Amino acid sequence: MYYFDPHIHMVSRTTDDYETLAKMGCVGMSEPAFWAGYDRGSVESFRDYFRQLTDFEPKRAAQYGIQHYTWLCINAKEAENVELSREVIKMIPEFLEKPNVLGIGEIGLNKNTKNEATIFLEHMELALKYNQQILIHTPHLEDKYQGTRMILDMLTGDSRINRSRVLVDHVEEHTAKDVLERGFWAGMTLYPVTKCTPQRAADIIEMCGAERLLVNSAGDWGPSKPTAVPDLILEMRRRGHSEALIRKVVYDNPIEFFSQSQNFSFIHPE
Amino acid sequence: MNSQEVLDREYLEIRGKIVELAASLDRLDRAEGCVSDDNRMSLIKQGLEMLLQEADQSKAKQIQMLFSRVYQDNWREHFDI
Repeated sequence: MYYFDPHIHMVSRTTDDYETLAKMGCVGMSEPAFWAGYDRGSVESFRDYFRQLTDFEPKRAAQYGIQHYTWLCINAKEAENVELSREVIKMIPEFLEKPNVLGIGEIGLNKNTKNEATIFLEHMELALKYNQQILIHTPHLEDKYQGTRMILDMLTGDSRINRSRVLVDHVEEHTAKDVLERGFWAGMTLYPVTKCTPQRAADIIEMCGAERLLVNSAGDWGPSKPTAVPDLILEMRRRGHSEALIRKVVYDNPIEFFSQSQNFSFIHPE
Repeated sequence: MNSQEVLDREYLEIRGKIVELAASLDRLDRAEGCVSDDNRMSLIKQGLEMLLQEADQSKAKQIQMLFSRVYQDNWREHFDI
């Protein structure tokens, strides 16, 4: 089955992973801008990173027939540095016309601080100004529920936001319904330990339905598995779910969501 | 899948996870010192008790909420945003 991974950090993966993903049916992917594993020192670090996302990674992906898209922002962790964040936000428009840029992301909260919330709102303004879609990171572990509610407050507090163009990622059992009931898209990140497993993601699909629900592997610095979406496909098949339902979650839904971006020029493999 | 099928499929996995939990608690007991006053032990105990209680809502959701920071709806006033 072909699938589209809507959230995967290929900058942290080797080229072998592209080959593996291609063999497992991945035909498209979306890579949000995130933390480097350390706090960057200047806006020029971000400029170089955005070049990697908009130039190098799509070429690396194309070697294996995978169409690569990306999102730009300063991530929630580094958003604590308001001065640097504002320099990065000012620089982002230089890259918005690049052919694989889908929007602003992954913005969000990390420890749910005032600075993080301030920069989140400034990213929202940027997205609205340039008519960009938004991809959102919700915090991990104990911070997730509080942070998700704060994010939803900021989004729903602005009537200019088109909720159908916003993806709130890393939802779990206690946040999925809040996101979906407010009209946003929701993404589930499949990690072996610290986030949602394929089994729990299948549970959430069964409980919430497949509308506006995506699954992704994230595949970043922590223990993660870039082939997690195929794991979900297998789990759904083992439970007897139809190919149509599975395909909706792993292929049709990402395509539908990203088709709202002006730069999304995905070519279906068939 | 019906409940019998779910149990047949998941029994060994559930058993394995219970053994892992038991082994972790044994490690805590074997280690020097005492953590009974650590708030996290209280959360762990509450979590384990929750698993056996009948409930109207999902156990997974309850456990997630147990281990979550509290949301306060006046956070914007507090942050002056």
